[in-house]
Amino acid sequence: MPTTFRIKRFNPESESPQPYFQEYELETEQSDTVLDALIKIRESVDESLALRCSCRGAICGSCGMRINGHATLACKTKVVSLESPDGTVQVEPMNNMPVIKDLVTDMGGFWDKIRQVQPWLQPAGPKPDAEYIASPESMKHLTGVMGCIMCGACVSDCAALEVDHQFIGPAALAKAYRFVADPRDGASDSRLLALNTPGGMWDCTRCMECIEVCPKEVGAMDRIMDLRAKGIDQGMPSTCGSRHAEVFADLIEHKGRLDEPLLAMRTFGLKNIGQMLSFLPMTLRALVRGKLPRSGPLHRAIPGIDRIRRLFRHTRNLP
Amino acid sequence: MTTAYTFDILVLGAGLAGMRAALAAHEGGAKVAILTKVHPVRSHSNAAQGGINAALTDRGDTWEDHAFDTVKGSDFLGDQDAIEILAEEAGQDILALEHMGVIFNRNDEGRLGTRRFGGQKRARTFFVSDFTGQAILHVLYEQILKANLPVFEEWFATSVVRDDDGRCAGVVAFEIRSGQFAFVKAKVVIIAAGGLGRVFEPSTNAMICTGDGMAIAYRAGTPLMDMEMVQYHPTTLKGKGLLITEAARGEGAYLINKDGERFMEQYAPNMMELASRDVISRAEQIEINEGRGINGCVLLDCRHLGKRVIHERLGQIFEEAKTFANIDLTEEPIPIRPGMHYSMGGIKTDVDGRCWDPQGGWKGVPGLFAAGETACLSLHGGNRLGANSLLDTVVFGRRTGSCAAAYAQSVEEPRVNNSVSDKDHNMVQEFLKRKAHADTVAAIRLDLGVTMNKHLGVFRDEEGMEEAQGLLPVFRDRWNRVAIQDKGRVFNTSLVQALELGMMLDCAQTIVRGAMIRTESRGAHFRTDCIQRDDENWLKHILMYHNPKGLPRMDYLPVRITQWKPQVRVY
Repeated sequence: MPTTFRIKRFNPESESPQPYFQEYELETEQSDTVLDALIKIRESVDESLALRCSCRGAICGSCGMRINGHATLACKTKVVSLESPDGTVQVEPMNNMPVIKDLVTDMGGFWDKIRQVQPWLQPAGPKPDAEYIASPESMKHLTGVMGCIMCGACVSDCAALEVDHQFIGPAALAKAYRFVADPRDGASDSRLLALNTPGGMWDCTRCMECIEVCPKEVGAMDRIMDLRAKGIDQGMPSTCGSRHAEVFADLIEHKGRLDEPLLAMRTFGLKNIGQMLSFLPMTLRALVRGKLPRSGPLHRAIPGIDRIRRLFRHTRNLP
Repeated sequence: MTTAYTFDILVLGAGLAGMRAALAAHEGGAKVAILTKVHPVRSHSNAAQGGINAALTDRGDTWEDHAFDTVKGSDFLGDQDAIEILAEEAGQDILALEHMGVIFNRNDEGRLGTRRFGGQKRARTFFVSDFTGQAILHVLYEQILKANLPVFEEWFATSVVRDDDGRCAGVVAFEIRSGQFAFVKAKVVIIAAGGLGRVFEPSTNAMICTGDGMAIAYRAGTPLMDMEMVQYHPTTLKGKGLLITEAARGEGAYLINKDGERFMEQYAPNMMELASRDVISRAEQIEINEGRGINGCVLLDCRHLGKRVIHERLGQIFEEAKTFANIDLTEEPIPIRPGMHYSMGGIKTDVDGRCWDPQGGWKGVPGLFAAGETACLSLHGGNRLGANSLLDTVVFGRRTGSCAAAYAQSVEEPRVNNSVSDKDHNMVQEFLKRKAHADTVAAIRLDLGVTMNKHLGVFRDEEGMEEAQGLLPVFRDRWNRVAIQDKGRVFNTSLVQALELGMMLDCAQTIVRGAMIRTESRGAHFRTDCIQRDDENWLKHILMYHNPKGLPRMDYLPVRITQWKPQVRVY
């Protein structure tokens, strides 16, 4: 079937290097993946189209790119599975990283953040003579996160990273979890402490994009939530991030809905004058537009709050 | 215009063998760097699915049994001294990997668990679900990060440099991102650049497996050995030839023909689906050729394994079957066929990875080492057992790195002028200047791959091989004239592919030549015009030296036999 591929190109060696879209008409087959199509274009139409690819089987992680607006592996995406309003397939390089040429991005920053989590096993005590004894469940659990192939899709589409370049990002946090959850690793406390800082595990905004786009079902955001829970369980010093989580839950338990001004005040602390003042312009703008959320006594608990509180009690009693 | 770097040891390639060698050399006190044409975690070791063999004595297994299974699997072409080392040292290397952090599957006692694999009487394959290679590769890369070793990422090596005394002096390479050439000077070069799968079309191998390491070592004057020994894996998907792990059969899957018969009963009544790969691939091809296949395939049936086993232990191939064949393994058998998978042949090395013989029994390049699929000790002889390749990479990667570190301390800096890179740089410039015409690198590569698959596949004969032999100079001639469209310096993938094709053509010639000379059938090399194994004349290795003016120069080495005399091979 004829398909139009709209590919974002960038040639750093051109006279005035600017990204632009180029369209290619191509006859594709039912079984073709987007990678097959890109290779056909490269081999029969335009050899200068640059992309990384190798295994063709979703294991090497080379061909991460954005297809119709979402990051994925080109080799795992069937052309027929794609739907778009005008029938074209749009292919762009991954986001949140610089482009070297066409679909090839510079992943240096990605790896710098992986390095930040000291991604190697740090066992406590001397090595045993034989293997470490570990439960089959613990190892099976880790296969989920070890399945990460470092393709960069989650980082490409991470909404938090887009606005906060300091954020360590979903891939590095999933990698950190791989060690924190490993019964053989002895450095969980220091790993969690290192992530309990600005740019660390509390900066995820839970948009779920990383879960959505991951081609290997690593579930990075769920791993980030696991890290937070472990941090709180281990009595980590509280931060804005952990207080935000606790206050959030507390407010829902008491009112059944969010009291946003109170959330901010309790998260940062009323005594944090600088922070409180910094909210002032936004508060005024919201007030002028009639969008200032109610708060305090004006913001009552919802009807049926008892049922919500019962849910909380029930969840707390779960094993 | 040329940058120069200096190290004691440069490792080419960052798969399992390369990274293991680099770590061992680093522990040995050498100043080590890695140069690789893809980021380390993109290496093809990723694709190893099923597992890694080791006979652990505390499980009641013996290394001798593992060694014998390997010798028999090799159809008695493997060198038994090397195989003994492989089997004997396997345990320590598995434990070393576990201690580094590999999340091997555990049994109920929390100890390492095993599964069965082909050609072996015992369950001695350690595994991580069905992505063992990836799980080990990422852990070795973690260790590289920990050791903070310099890695030249996305650099393409164009040749091995020798100094005036003929010793290895480093490599010439260029950075793909900038097109910048450099001479990387090193007392030792360890080639661990993987296999040559793309010489065949289709192949289970990744697109990066183009025999570069073998070709540049060969051109530098070191011999390639047993290149005719090319493994066809019994279970690959139609179309692109993606791999379906042997672990499926290890877990109990059946092979059936169009009549639903478990046809391996006819060919290997004892081992059935777990006979060695060459035997099963031939059986499948016979079923297909005699009309008992379905559209050029037979079927792999996993249904009776149950959903739990399939999801927990074969999760990756479940996904693969769903994505690439649109089949649910728990509901339907999947069509598979034999497909090119592995090169038993490669750069001749000794048991410490040296590409020269200090005793002078054969000639090579002092200072050059090799490990992994690139190398040929020979461990795998005529046919490699499943889950022995990962073991090969870690055992001989480690040994090679250690030996190389000691060697590097014993020799002086090579004396070479930095201008050695000019030749390759000029060659690339010449390539970029060629005027475009109709022929393309992709077209030549496809013709080469199809020819090799047609005539050097599961069954071979004189006539077909002669046809391939006749076509190779034609392909070479086309390559000498082909132009590439992209004239840029930055990330010019067409240029990289053109250079790779040159490497593949050299490898192809040695495969065809070796296969024509070996007038017998042994292991994966099966000739319908001489179907018997001929121990009297061919219990020996074929070595080939590069000859820029024509056919390779031949030499032979006897198979080293320690305790197992050749016997009739049945499964």
